Amino acid sequence: MAEAESLAVTRRWLPEALMTLAVWGSALLVAGIFLWLLGDLLWRGAGHLSWSFLFSSPLNAGRAGGIAPILVSTLLILGVAVAAAVPLGLATAVLLAEFLSSHSRFGRLVGLSLDVLAGVPSIVFGLFGNAFFSIFLGLGFSILSGGLTLACMVLPILVRTAEAALRAVPDDWRLAGAALGLSRTAALRHILLPAASSGLVAGLLLGVGRAMAETAALIFTSGYVDRMPSSLFDSGRALSVHIYDLSMNVAGGDGNAYASALVLIGLLILINGTSLWLAEHWLNRRILTP
Amino acid sequence: MRLKALTTTLCGILILMLLTASVALAVEQKLVLTGSSTLAPLATEIGKRFERQNPGVRVDVQSGGSSRGITDARSGLADIGLVSRALKEEEKDLKSFTVARDGIGMIVHKSNPVRELSDRQIIDIYTGKITNWRAVGGPDQPITVVNKAEGRSTLELFLHHFRLKNSDIKAQVVIGENQQGIKTVAGNRNAIGYVSIGTAEYEASQGVPIKLLPMAGVAASVENVRNGSFPLARPLNLVTKAEPQGLARRFIDFSRSESVHDLVEAQYFVPLAR
Amino acid sequence: MIWSKRSTSSPSRADARLAGLCSAAAGLVAAILLLIVLFLLHESRPVLQRVEWLRFLTDASWHPAEGLFGLAPMLWATLVSSAGALLLAGTLGVASALFCRFYAPPSASRWFRRLVALLAGIPSVVFGFWGLTVLVPIIASWRPPGASLLTGILVLTLMILPTVALIADAALAAVPEIYLRGAAALGMSRSGTILGVALPAAKGGIIAGILLAAGRALGETMAVLMVSGNVVQMPHSLFDPVRTLTANIALEMAYATGEHRAALFVSGLVLTGLVILLAMVAARFGEVRHHG
Repeated sequence: MAEAESLAVTRRWLPEALMTLAVWGSALLVAGIFLWLLGDLLWRGAGHLSWSFLFSSPLNAGRAGGIAPILVSTLLILGVAVAAAVPLGLATAVLLAEFLSSHSRFGRLVGLSLDVLAGVPSIVFGLFGNAFFSIFLGLGFSILSGGLTLACMVLPILVRTAEAALRAVPDDWRLAGAALGLSRTAALRHILLPAASSGLVAGLLLGVGRAMAETAALIFTSGYVDRMPSSLFDSGRALSVHIYDLSMNVAGGDGNAYASALVLIGLLILINGTSLWLAEHWLNRRILTP
Repeated sequence: MRLKALTTTLCGILILMLLTASVALAVEQKLVLTGSSTLAPLATEIGKRFERQNPGVRVDVQSGGSSRGITDARSGLADIGLVSRALKEEEKDLKSFTVARDGIGMIVHKSNPVRELSDRQIIDIYTGKITNWRAVGGPDQPITVVNKAEGRSTLELFLHHFRLKNSDIKAQVVIGENQQGIKTVAGNRNAIGYVSIGTAEYEASQGVPIKLLPMAGVAASVENVRNGSFPLARPLNLVTKAEPQGLARRFIDFSRSESVHDLVEAQYFVPLAR
Repeated sequence: MIWSKRSTSSPSRADARLAGLCSAAAGLVAAILLLIVLFLLHESRPVLQRVEWLRFLTDASWHPAEGLFGLAPMLWATLVSSAGALLLAGTLGVASALFCRFYAPPSASRWFRRLVALLAGIPSVVFGFWGLTVLVPIIASWRPPGASLLTGILVLTLMILPTVALIADAALAAVPEIYLRGAAALGMSRSGTILGVALPAAKGGIIAGILLAAGRALGETMAVLMVSGNVVQMPHSLFDPVRTLTANIALEMAYATGEHRAALFVSGLVLTGLVILLAMVAARFGEVRHHG
C-alpha cells in the first residue's frame, strides 16, 4: 500500500523534475553562452572605450580615433528605417488582423509575400536597394537609401509580430467595444493597440535590433564614407559596416572593432529600455484612463 | 496626443535636414571613388588629406570590390575606380594610375616547424597532392588549405603565378577579405594561406601567431616588395574612363605624390619609388 | 476576427478610410517583394538566356569563370545548416520562453528577457567575428579544419535563438490567464499545464516565430561566411566545410562581372524560390490549423 503510493508519487514527481531540469538547463546554457560572448567583447573592447572614442572622428582607417560620425549615421539610418517601416507595418498588420478574414485572397497574398521577404537574404536587399533606391530613384549612396532598404528588410518582422499581438487580444474586447458603439478606428486606438502594446514593442525591438545589426545590405546603399553626415542625402557608414571593415579589412583594427561592438550593444540597451518604458507608461495609461 | 506631437517633431526634423541637404550640395565639389575593399581605407585617408588641402572639395569613397571599381568608372557612376590589380586585356579602354604596390605572401601558423616551401610543394599542397605536413618536413598533421574566393584579385594573382586553374585547387577553407585569412591561419595550427605581406608582417609583430614563408628563396617582406625582388606582387590602381581632367586629375596626381607616402605605409602597402 | 464579416455593428466613414489606408499599405508591402523578384530576374537574365536551367542543379561544381554553374551543393548546405540551427534554436528558444513564463522568479525572468532582447541586436558580423576567433579554433583543435558545417549551425543557432525565444515568450504571454487558472483548479502539475495547456494554446505564435527564424537562418550571410569554410561541396559529416547560397553571393558579388555576376543573381533567385516554397508550405500548414 505504502509502496504503491510512493510509486504514484514518483510517477508524478519524475517528469516534473525532468522538465524543470531541462528548462533550467536550457536557460542557463543560453544565458551562459551569451554572457561568455558579452564578456569576451567586454574584455577585448573595454580598454578602447572612452568619451573621446564616442565623440571624435576615426583616424587612420579607424585604427585610431573614435566613431562619432558613424554613430550619428547609424542613428539617422535607423530613424529613417523606423519612420518608414512602422506606419507601413502597423497598417498592414491592422489590415491582416482586424479587417481581413483568414480566407481573404489578398490577405494571404500579402502574408505570403511577407514570409518571403523575411527570408530574402540581406545581401539581396542590399543589391536591390542599390539598384532601386540609389540608382533608379536617384538617391545615390545615402542615409536615405540605406534607411529605406532596411525598412523593407524589417517590415516582415514588424508586421508578423504586430499581427500576432493584435490577434492575441481576446475577441470579447472587440465585442465590448462594438457594444459601446465604438468605431473600429476608435476601438483600435483605445483598446486593441494598447492591449497589444507589449507584443508591438517586442516586434519593434526585434526589428530595430535586426536593422542595427545589418551589414551586407548597408555596404551597397548607405555606403562607406566615415565623415560626419550633414544631411540624409550624404553617404554615412553604419556601425556594423564599420565593425566588419575593422575586423575583416583593416589590419590592427580588432580593438576598435570590439569597442564599436560594445557601443552598438550599449545603444541597443538604451533603445530597448526606452521603448519598454514607453510601452509601460504611455500605452498602458491609455487603456486604464480612456 | 503625445504620439502626434512626436510624429510632428520627427517630420519637422526630417524636413529641416532635407533643406540643409540642398544647401550643402550646392556649395561643394564632390569626387566619388568606388571599388576595391583593399584600397578603400587608403583612398579614404588620402581623400581626407586632400579635403583639408582643398577646402570646399569632398571625396566620397565607397567599397565593394575591384570589379565594381571597373564597372562604376566605366558607367560614370564614379569619377575614379579603385582596382587592386593590373588591368586585364579587356579593360584596357580605361586609364590606370598606380598609387602603391602590395606583395602576396604564404603564411602558416607560428608553431609550424616548416621554414620554407618550394613552388612545386606549394602547388602540390594546393592541388591536393600533398595533404600532410609530414611530406614537407612538418608534423604528422593534415594540411588545412586556405584559398580565396573566386574573383578576388589576390586569387587571380596566385593562380597566375603558379599557373593553376581554380578548379584544380582542393581547399579546406575559402575566405573573403584579407584579415579573415590571417585570423583563420592564426586559429588553426595546420593551416596555410596567402595574404597581403604588409598586413601579415604587422600582425606577426603584434603577437598574432602567424609566420610568413619565403617564396622561391626570397623572404616575404615589405622591403623585398619595395625593391622588386619578391616574385608575387600587384599594383594598386586608380582608374578613370578617359584621360582625367580637373579635380580628378589633381586628386590622382596628389595620390601619386610623395606627400601621401606616410599614408600608404600606414596601411601597410609599399609606396611608389621616389 | 468578429468584425471580419460584413455585418459590422458600427460602420463609419473613419473605418472605411482606415481600411483603405491599410490596404494601400499592404499593397505596397506586397509590391516590394514583386520588385525584388523582378530585379533578380532582370539581373540574372544574361545567364538564364544562355545556360540551360537544369545545369544549375546538375553541373558538377561551381566555377563560373570556367563555365560551371552547379548550385546543388550550396543549396544542400543552406538547407542542412538552417535545419540544424532551427532544431537547436527551436528547442532552446521555446525552453527559454517557458523559463521566463513559468519557472524563473520574476526578477530573473526580467533580466533574462533583457539579455535575450539584447542578443537579437548583436550584429551578425560580431557573431561571425566571435565564431571565427573563438569557436573555430576550439573545433579546429579537435577536428580540423574547424570552419565547418557544425560551426555554421552553432553560430546560426545563436543568431536566431533570440527571435524564437522572444516570439515564443510573447505567444505564451498571450495565453489567457483563465486557461492557466483552470488548469491549476484541475490540479494539473506545472509540466502538465505547460505541455497540455500553455504550449498548445500558444502553438500558432510559436510556429510563427520559428518560421521567422527559418527565414533569417536561410538568409543569413556574414556570420555564416566567416565560420563555415565556404568550400563548395556536399558535406559528408558535420566537420566538413560548406558554402551556403548567401555566402556564395557575398563572397563573390563584389568581384564578379558579366556571366559570373548574373549566375550569382541566380543563386539569389534560387534562395528566394526556396523561401517562397517554405512560406507556401507554412501557409498550407496555417490553413489546416485554422480549420482544425
